[in-house]
Amino acid sequence: MSSLYLHIPFCSSKCPYCDFYSLVASQHQVDDYVDLLVRNIAYLHQHSSDPQAFRTIYFGGGTPSLLSSLQVERILTTISQTFELEDGCEITLEANPGTLAQTQLRDYRRAGINRLSIGIQSLDDRNLRMLGRIHSAEEARQAVSLARRAGFDNLSLDLIFALPGETLSILSADLDKLLELTPDHVSLYGLTFEEETDFSEQLKQGTLIACHEDLYAEQYRFLHERLCDAGYEHYEISNFSRPGLQCQHNQAYWKRKTCWAVGVGAHSFISRNWGERWAIPPDLKKYSERLTNNENPARLLETFDRLSAAKEWVYLALRTAAGIDQPAFKRLFEQNFLETFPDAIGKVRPYLATDQGRMAFTLDGWLLYDYLISHFL
Amino acid sequence: MNQKQIRNFSIIAHIDHGKSTLADRLLEATGALTDREKSDQYLDKMELEKERGITIKAQAVRLKYTAKNGQHYILNLIDTPGHVDFSYEVSRSLSACEGAILVVDAAQGVEAQTLANVYMAIDQDLEVFPVINKIDLPSAEPERIKQEVEDIIGIDTSDAILASAKEGLGIEDILEAVVQRIPSPGGDPDAPLKALTFDSWYDSYQGVIVLVRIVDGTVKKGDKIKLMATGGVYEVQKVGAFSPHPLELSELAAGEVGFIIAGIKVVEDAKVGDTITHFRRPAEKALPGYQDVKPMVFSGLYPIDSADYDDLRDALEKLRLNDAAFSFEPENSLALGFGFRCGFLGLLHMEIIQERLEREFNVELITTAPTVVYRVTTTKGHVLQVESANMLPEAQHIETIEEPFVLASIHVPNEFVGPVLNLCIEKRGVQRELKYLTANRVMVVYELPLNEIVLDFFDRLKSITRGYASLDYEHLDFRVSKLVRLNVLINGDVVDALSLIVHQDKAQFRGRELVSKMKEFIPRQQYEVAIQAAIGNKVIARSTVKALRKDVTAKCYGGDITRKRKLLEKQKAGKKRMKQVGSVELPQDAFLAILKVKE
Repeated sequence: MSSLYLHIPFCSSKCPYCDFYSLVASQHQVDDYVDLLVRNIAYLHQHSSDPQAFRTIYFGGGTPSLLSSLQVERILTTISQTFELEDGCEITLEANPGTLAQTQLRDYRRAGINRLSIGIQSLDDRNLRMLGRIHSAEEARQAVSLARRAGFDNLSLDLIFALPGETLSILSADLDKLLELTPDHVSLYGLTFEEETDFSEQLKQGTLIACHEDLYAEQYRFLHERLCDAGYEHYEISNFSRPGLQCQHNQAYWKRKTCWAVGVGAHSFISRNWGERWAIPPDLKKYSERLTNNENPARLLETFDRLSAAKEWVYLALRTAAGIDQPAFKRLFEQNFLETFPDAIGKVRPYLATDQGRMAFTLDGWLLYDYLISHFL
Repeated sequence: MNQKQIRNFSIIAHIDHGKSTLADRLLEATGALTDREKSDQYLDKMELEKERGITIKAQAVRLKYTAKNGQHYILNLIDTPGHVDFSYEVSRSLSACEGAILVVDAAQGVEAQTLANVYMAIDQDLEVFPVINKIDLPSAEPERIKQEVEDIIGIDTSDAILASAKEGLGIEDILEAVVQRIPSPGGDPDAPLKALTFDSWYDSYQGVIVLVRIVDGTVKKGDKIKLMATGGVYEVQKVGAFSPHPLELSELAAGEVGFIIAGIKVVEDAKVGDTITHFRRPAEKALPGYQDVKPMVFSGLYPIDSADYDDLRDALEKLRLNDAAFSFEPENSLALGFGFRCGFLGLLHMEIIQERLEREFNVELITTAPTVVYRVTTTKGHVLQVESANMLPEAQHIETIEEPFVLASIHVPNEFVGPVLNLCIEKRGVQRELKYLTANRVMVVYELPLNEIVLDFFDRLKSITRGYASLDYEHLDFRVSKLVRLNVLINGDVVDALSLIVHQDKAQFRGRELVSKMKEFIPRQQYEVAIQAAIGNKVIARSTVKALRKDVTAKCYGGDITRKRKLLEKQKAGKKRMKQVGSVELPQDAFLAILKVKE
């Protein structure tokens, strides 16, 4: 049982806050890239020792909705011809509201996509302009209703908060509009100033002012309360869902389950031994050369021993509401969780909630996740 | 070796005036170094010396030189440090010489240490001749500088040598001048042995290596020798000289400079300044030795990880072996645990020791703010030497506190005189002298409390004069002063390692500035951190480091997992450099925040 991630590195324009590897491409280049993905899938099939059955497939980017439905179909057909897909396999595609047409959505659904993650980011036009998005709030709403009509019953929407100058009331209005769209899953991301983005440059020059951390914390708590009241479960630091509709693919990352990855810049995790992580370098030319020569485009990024695997397991598990399942930890690592990290647990104790052998961060703990988790690393 | 063919000399200069480069050129010109060995500043052996461009330890090198008159000479070059902290080394080295080359920078002219060192040489009756160095610089003004040397130091510069050690100019002339102008050594090779120990260090293969100047008599392998001060008797295993590689010789006779290895186990047994004589035919009287150097600046050194305590002690012991001016003794702090109170000659000496401990011995340290030695007379009439604020008795038991004063001599271009005078006044100085050395160079002499100098005087001086001022100082006396103990409380508890002794008139200001500086250095953490400054029980200033409210990575999916984890691991490694005091993590900077307080 494993997952498959496909990276689509193209965008129609670069957003000023995003540090992902992305390219502005012509339709012709996208075609060539799909050829490479197909080759990459074939390479995976040839070289994987045991037959894979995929439980989740995820088209991430970049902007995967720049792929035509025919291209998506071609990829999914290649996958299902070479690998087994489990029943109820979750197949997600990330979509940008500005790029969606009714027929395209219907054809995605027909091709096998059964979960759509729409990066609306905000439903406030001023926010969208600041974020450099190509779509408007109206287009975002349109995209959601088109998706529903095309038959998507598992729909995720993204929202960015803690924007420069954003007050609690602006955020509250934005959230109201989001909830009106009755998404099945919501990802809420506090704006992060990543190195080497336009936003971090503007921050350095003082033309943008970051949201004060007190306000960030206030907004985060506010969002938590509002979404929980509306019936969503806050199951990971930045993710909420209707009961039972958590993103299965992302769960695989946080549980350190095998996830194969194809596409330039993508990372695989293979759970054999104590774990291996492989990365395909973000270099389209090399990616193409390697695959053309039938060489592995990925290189080994890191391997783990028992302790480093246990540390990473904790680092990921504490991002989730499920937290540390102590019996599971013991089964996996053959030692007691409390005895493995006595000092760290002592330090973070005020931010831990314990429930029947599980330990998870409280909401305040999540707000300090980086600070607290470093005790375990 | 015929005495007439020997010359013993030093190079004296202000720091950065090109002394070490000149020494390198002399080594090259006399063939002492092969091409492969011509690394920069050969004599600065320690990594740190090279990096900082300073000389810390003296070195003696034997050079072979054939003069223009066709005669062969042995030139013993004794390299000396140029920083005020190490002036005692200069004085020792000079006592092994008959002459000194005075190196003056052709652009910068006479500086404070030039003057201090040249007077030391003149006091010891050395023949001093001037070399104007760095004449290749565009800003060089050799004629003006020659005049300056004559005006300020009062030595004849009509035949001063113009040189550029960097470009290799004037090197031949300097070697000729050493032969022609510096007298050959005297002394009777047949008289009872008198050898002056001017340096010694421990070598893990050979034991203690003693650098000597033979004043009278002759010493050779197999001789039974006696160290007159300690009374130790040893058999000579080897005599020789550094050329700069160790070179074994059959004997060292009156007038020569070289080393003796005699199975001495510890440096304390071969004290610098001691006289070595023969056991069977001893000299009647020892040579005048040197004054013991006393540490003047103290600070606490604590291992960040208390498990490193033993390693730190071993490292300190090793450093102590070759540095008589450095002292340490165990100290216990409530806040920092077990550590050592260490004594240094000055701030540079302190920094060097710290850097060597971290670099060569791999011990991570927390250093407390430097302090001087105070003399406290209690109401019962006891006199205490107080080297740390924590040793200061309660105010009601103190009759008087005296603090050390120095006589500081500052050389500065006249446009900076105003700011320098203001700085000296602010630092509680008393003016002794203000003299125009030339039309635009001024010498300002002040009596200053040493505790003001160890804080930030030198940095401030450099910044207000844009680096043009030079400073030299000598110890003067102890003076009664109104001093109080300033405590720092973290979350209500006094942190002993942060306590300071300050002048009463400045306590208010220092306390206020200190807590606000500390706030900058202490990172936000899980809980709020309250920082207070107090005199006795009276809190005079407070600042707060607010609790961390938000520190979270919003996205962590496939490609982020490794990268963000590594980022956190890196941050954590940085945090390890912090010391846990109670529930608060304090970085090194917080302990030295007082050094960053600007007035």
